[in-house]
Amino acid sequence: MKLLRVKPGHGEVVLAEGDVAVPEQYGELLATFRRELDAGMWAAIPTSTHLGRREAELVRSFEDVPADAERVIFFPRAAGGG
Amino acid sequence: MALALGTAALVLTALLSVLALPSLARSLETVRQRLVERSGHKRPVPVDEYDPGRELRAEQRARALLRSCVNEEEWTMYRDLGFLRVWGTLDERPYAYLVYPHKPILAYVPSTNHMLGEYCIEFPDRTRPYGSTRLPDSDDVLAKWVALTADERALIEQANMHLAGRQIRVAKARRDLVRLACWERERVASHRRVPRRAGSVPAL
Repeated sequence: MKLLRVKPGHGEVVLAEGDVAVPEQYGELLATFRRELDAGMWAAIPTSTHLGRREAELVRSFEDVPADAERVIFFPRAAGGG
Repeated sequence: MALALGTAALVLTALLSVLALPSLARSLETVRQRLVERSGHKRPVPVDEYDPGRELRAEQRARALLRSCVNEEEWTMYRDLGFLRVWGTLDERPYAYLVYPHKPILAYVPSTNHMLGEYCIEFPDRTRPYGSTRLPDSDDVLAKWVALTADERALIEQANMHLAGRQIRVAKARRDLVRLACWERERVASHRRVPRRAGSVPAL
């Protein structure tokens, strides 16, 4: 699993990468996930339906991330614009 | 006596002013920064912080990420037309959104091309890694696509809604809808064409 964050002037940045089945890597992924959410980010998982439609799912805790998810993308939180 | 007291008062005032000047300047700067943050104005990016090459590389990375998330039709639509169409799911009658980079999301009815309104939404990165809160264009589109497909209602409730034409000119939106219709016709036509395969023609 990869934890990515999109950033101005950079595109996506790999924050952490690992296998959730490996305890040390799980710990690192969990800590990174929590840090980003605490910093006010949104966590999204790109998914695909059985009809082939692509969509995304927002998750609010690491436990909600499917174990087979390949990546979680962090975005700055939305704000109403002018 | 009065003259001496007056002179002393003047000197004292001048001395106090000199001593208070640095802290006064600091307070004024703090107040200015707070006002800028509250008004939501973007800090102008100093010229030496702006690097066109870096921005281009960031946009290329963002395009690759967007391409890996959306389906093939959505990706080619964005590549060819510069915007994405995302179908709405909150009503039985079909409606859709046009998603532009760093512009409001435009809601419309595809059957009539009637424009319903603009939803102004931003994804400002307060950490300002290079002095700006703006994501690369394709990351902004991806963020809107994620928000619309994951929780359309929440996004719409959070956005500031305006009548169509406030930021995206109505004429431009109409032109884009015509371009989209043409693009879809061409795409359908190209899919219907039977590909020629070597050796498929029967010998006489």
